[in-house]
Amino acid sequence: MKVFCEKKNGRMRILLSGELDHNVARGVMSSIDALIDENLPRECILDMGGLSFMDSSGIAVILRTNKHMTDVGGRTWVENCEGQALRVLDAAGIDRVVKVYSK
Amino acid sequence: MKSMNYIKVEFPSSSVNESFARNVAGCFAAQLDPTLEELGDIKTAVSEAVTNCIVHAYPDKLGVVLMKARILPENTLEIVVKDKGVGIADINKAREPMFTTGGDERSGMGFTIMESFMDKVKVRSTAGKGTTVTMRRRIICRKQVK
Repeated sequence: MKVFCEKKNGRMRILLSGELDHNVARGVMSSIDALIDENLPRECILDMGGLSFMDSSGIAVILRTNKHMTDVGGRTWVENCEGQALRVLDAAGIDRVVKVYSK
Repeated sequence: MKSMNYIKVEFPSSSVNESFARNVAGCFAAQLDPTLEELGDIKTAVSEAVTNCIVHAYPDKLGVVLMKARILPENTLEIVVKDKGVGIADINKAREPMFTTGGDERSGMGFTIMESFMDKVKVRSTAGKGTTVTMRRRIICRKQVK
């Protein structure tokens, strides 16, 4: 599991790659928390294009990122989600809370 | 019900075993010739069930998780995930979407995902004795292209 970050004009793109499950979720959450606190972006994009697997732990990561961004007055959405990870987000109906854009 | 093939795997409730368990289940399911989507569904459901054992059944110790899988008639896969942990006080409550006792590190969507990805999900639990989750999924037979 890898977490990369690209910053441009107040927009932060977080690129997640590998398998996102409970085993790695805590580490991913604290990486994202630290990136938000350090950069205070207006917009935070969770780019899930590199994920080969994700379970409900990914939903917790999205919800927590969204809460953190709301707390600092910013917005969050998900991009490039596809396949198995997209099915998980659809089953959970996360679109009601955070916008999800597929590939 | 007569099973055509089966496996039994036992492992400690350490979170590194989540990926091990779902990949074992996926490898076993492969003999039913599932599509990539069906395989993803099975691996996701197993990941949720095993994570529940690790997070909830044994909250502050390592316990034993038993995973069984078997092939039933009509191209059906059955997976059983069993623990001897704390058990679930209120199963209906636990199955509700967004309900969790795991704080903001968990989404409360585990059972919802198992239910939407598998055809049948049965949960039996006794407080203090443990929990058994039994899931079934029928794999659609694909015709060979000639």
